[in-house]
Amino acid sequence: MKKPGLKDQITRHAVIFFHYTAQYMKTKMAYRADFFIYVLSDLLLQSVNLIFLLVVFSKVPDIKGWDRNQVLFIYGFFLVPFGFYSGFFNHLFDVPEKYVLQGEMDRVLVRPLNAWYQVVVETMNPELLVGTLAGIVIMAYSGSAMGLQLAWWDIPLALVLVLGATMIYAGVYTFLASLGFWTEGNIGLMPMVYNLSNYGRYPMTIYRGPVRFILTWILPFAFVGFYPSTVLLHRYEYIGHALLTPLVGVICFTVAYRVWTAGIRRYRGTGS
Amino acid sequence: MPGKKTGRGRLAAHFWNRLMLYIELMRMEFVNNLAYRTTYFTGIFNYSIQIGAYFFLWDSIYAGRKVLGGLNKEEMITYLIVAWVVRSFYFSNLDRRVAVEIRDGKIALELIRPYSYQMVKYARAFGEAVFRILFFALPAGALIYLIRPFGLPASWQNGLVFLLTMLGSFAITAQISMLAGFLAFFTRSASGIYRAKRVIMDLFSGLLLPISFYPDWAREIIKLFPFQVISYMPNLIYLGKISGAAALQVVMLQFFWILVLGFTGFWFWRFAVKHVVIQGG
Repeated sequence: MKKPGLKDQITRHAVIFFHYTAQYMKTKMAYRADFFIYVLSDLLLQSVNLIFLLVVFSKVPDIKGWDRNQVLFIYGFFLVPFGFYSGFFNHLFDVPEKYVLQGEMDRVLVRPLNAWYQVVVETMNPELLVGTLAGIVIMAYSGSAMGLQLAWWDIPLALVLVLGATMIYAGVYTFLASLGFWTEGNIGLMPMVYNLSNYGRYPMTIYRGPVRFILTWILPFAFVGFYPSTVLLHRYEYIGHALLTPLVGVICFTVAYRVWTAGIRRYRGTGS
Repeated sequence: MPGKKTGRGRLAAHFWNRLMLYIELMRMEFVNNLAYRTTYFTGIFNYSIQIGAYFFLWDSIYAGRKVLGGLNKEEMITYLIVAWVVRSFYFSNLDRRVAVEIRDGKIALELIRPYSYQMVKYARAFGEAVFRILFFALPAGALIYLIRPFGLPASWQNGLVFLLTMLGSFAITAQISMLAGFLAFFTRSASGIYRAKRVIMDLFSGLLLPISFYPDWAREIIKLFPFQVISYMPNLIYLGKISGAAALQVVMLQFFWILVLGFTGFWFWRFAVKHVVIQGG
């Protein structure tokens, strides 16, 4: 049998994605009002941070050299990859309990489709991409408030940076999920990492040495918000870091995916 | 008149019985939670990371500034840590529990039992809160104090009144939570309710920001609600910004809100239960 080409592979995955989304929407549309309230309340939850920043900046002109619009812009950028994360990778935390401990992985592994991809599309909540939209609105608002002039390379650069940041999220959470193949059950790291990821939405200048180091080089959440957004708002003191974002994303995800594959190889089912 | 006397005696016995029941429920919930105490330890660590984010933020907001919203930097750091640590005591997920029971129909079973549904829930919630203060709030406070020492209560009187207000914060939070849970009688979108409640509580109780940071018009609105006696005012008592008679007034204000919310809860419960019967029939 001929191995399908890359193009066929992509089409196949896209078609499957479409089917999963359609299926997902059907289940959600059964409780339509519920669904919309859920989405709206998610935005509401995010708005707390926004209100916090707005109130603080009514009292002070800047935080460690970053003014209101710049901090809002950074927060807006942060929300974009964060939306992709909450839409597609947040539920990777189900893997240790649901897929490994309860043996759901058996079902996934006998199907002729990449296991990681299956888990992602099975557990996704694509409606949370609305957070991404909110982030774009906040960026547009704060960008125009600071009189930001778009350069031709801003949009393609933004896309690459968002992709890199999303891969960091995907990588970190895939890695944590893969640990479940060894621990067989939750080890409670996810909430901790989630709390740390929220550190990425503020200028790194507010953190002291070791914290900044950890957020840059160990759990690279500085690259999901602060570093990439600084170039987009045309402040270039962190351009070196910012341009590393895609590379960090690729490394993060590649390493995590290898751990994942090793985990799958180790997986033996529940035995019943 | 002997008949009347025994009647009164019976009433007293009845109240005594009830009290014992609620204390027993409190104890049960406390013991239940003991089984999960190890998970609480990772929880403390997570909580500290969350508080850490706000610490860095406030530390930077105050960089080069003396006083904002009536608090200086040290006071703000203390405010922030105390607010979060105490929240781990008064925090309530009654809304979730009540909403689940309503959604699953378990509430019908509760309705035929010879006790007050709300009081049982409060008693258990208090048992859990007592557990959390011993196994979460105190160790978390101690851990944070080791990493970053913060201010102690302004005086022993303030400390004492502050402890008293903690009970009030618990009661009011539990009551608001209960009312939010009752909304599940009328909507299936329980998750929307939890989130809306959480947003309102976090913003208006003063947990995230002292109320003094808000613009005047917002403060005027917040004043009309019970939220600011949950966190903002008790914290000011801790810091010594409110002392003496004014501090006792905060306790009275809490008491006032407990009565108002208690009455609302009682009324809402009866109304909602009738509503359920209509739905079922």
